[in-house]
Amino acid sequence: MLEVRDLTIRYGKHVALQDASLSVSKGTMVAILGANGAGKSSLLGAIGGRVRPSGGEILYGAQNLLELKPHELVEKGIALVPEGRGIFPGLTVSENLSLGANPVHARAKSDAGREQVFTLFPKLAERRTQIAGTMSGGEQQMVAIGRALMSAPEMLLLDEPSLGLAPIVVQEVFSALRRIRQTGLTILIVEQNARATLDLADHAYLLEAGRISGSGPAETLRNDPAVVRAFLGGAVTAQT
Amino acid sequence: MKVLLIAAGLAVLACAPFAVSDYGLGLLIGAVTYVTLASGWALFSGPTRYVSLATVAFYGIGAYTVAVLNEALPYPLVLISAAAVGAAIALVVGLSTLRLAGIYFVIFTFGLAELVRQLITWFEVNVTGTLGRYIFLDLTARDIYWQMLALGAATIGLTAWINRSRLGLALRVVGDDEVVAAHSGINLARTKLIAFVLSATILTLAGAIASPRFVYVEPAIAFNPTISFLTVIMALLGGANRLWGPALGAVPLFLVFEWLSANFPDTYPIFLGLLFIAVVFALPDGILAGLEKLRRRGGEVRA
Repeated sequence: MLEVRDLTIRYGKHVALQDASLSVSKGTMVAILGANGAGKSSLLGAIGGRVRPSGGEILYGAQNLLELKPHELVEKGIALVPEGRGIFPGLTVSENLSLGANPVHARAKSDAGREQVFTLFPKLAERRTQIAGTMSGGEQQMVAIGRALMSAPEMLLLDEPSLGLAPIVVQEVFSALRRIRQTGLTILIVEQNARATLDLADHAYLLEAGRISGSGPAETLRNDPAVVRAFLGGAVTAQT
Repeated sequence: MKVLLIAAGLAVLACAPFAVSDYGLGLLIGAVTYVTLASGWALFSGPTRYVSLATVAFYGIGAYTVAVLNEALPYPLVLISAAAVGAAIALVVGLSTLRLAGIYFVIFTFGLAELVRQLITWFEVNVTGTLGRYIFLDLTARDIYWQMLALGAATIGLTAWINRSRLGLALRVVGDDEVVAAHSGINLARTKLIAFVLSATILTLAGAIASPRFVYVEPAIAFNPTISFLTVIMALLGGANRLWGPALGAVPLFLVFEWLSANFPDTYPIFLGLLFIAVVFALPDGILAGLEKLRRRGGEVRA
């Protein structure tokens, strides 16, 4: 469904990403794991149309994504939740969600989408009239994901959804992601929280210093001693 | 009810020229002009938070178009031409600059006003050989007042309509976070351009309508940068994000400056600077937002 080939991204002389290739097939959840500065956000930025790569290509079906602007991507069914809080803080929860349903193909499904979002995040249903900026970090992240889902996407891109959240809230976000996954949506997630992500994903790529240093089924990576040492920060036995 | 109230207010304002002296009418024209400028400015700069100092560029272009065409075309056509020229320039400027963010946009718009002024000066000196034009139109002060009042009312009406439309929501969202807005499927360039051109057209028309009062126009008068600064302060003081905010800021500030410039003609720019600083520090979101905050705080104390 999504195919990234030999993607290279440079900021001046600094190479943020070197010859990265990956593929995401329909209905799966793929994770990109890496530390700060490994090039994760550059990679997602390029897929999302915000960063111009200096080499390589990104294909979505037959469509070359590098030819599209960010707002056109949404029309193609790709929704991105940017790093941090991807919301409009001055608007209410309900308005945030309405804005998500901006693409033409999503407007007709807007009511169904809203139902789905409220089923996934019952808390948002209670707080639909609250100004989003006054909510907690975790709730804002749910609004951001809800907004992305309102565009009726085929594929969801998540840029570090757990960033800066308290551990208990991270759990909440991930359990929501688990429910979204069950709907069959294709998901590409970029994360630092390797443990929680590997529990959820089908497949993962490891990104180190701008290069893809490894990849494999999430289950294998979870038990790979090298991965455990580098990304999970502990012994394999910690996994139960 | 609200509509009736507004219609009644507008009717009172429309009848006001019959009740006041010539000087009073002059004040009314000035106040309504600044209400129009501040509201027109806020149409684009309020929701998007792109602070533009190009107000006088468009205002001056409006005045100059009238100065050039007033003997060649009937007056309504002159106004339409002015609007078209303003919109065309805004389109070109918008396409090339709306990618600029924050302070770069502010500096560019300030530069634009100077650039237009210098270009016209150069053209007049080198090509037409005159600096300064006369506007002889058969318009009374009352005519000008009514035209400006109509433009001001249309501006506020248009803003109210946009606020309720998809475009209004898109504009506010662009001001909040451009990245998220783009990923929500909003065409950033188109959204900003539409609002910028609408706003610039209003500012140009305001200049065109006000110009017969000048009688004599030269670049230094038509492109006085103080007009840009005053417009920004007025809109910010009242609240650039509120429908009535710019109008609320424009009326008292215009009267204060009228009084200051009459009584302290040499030192009044100092007050302008001080006021600018005071508004930004004390009321960054404007009087209306400040009042709301006070009311909320009061409510909490009672609860």
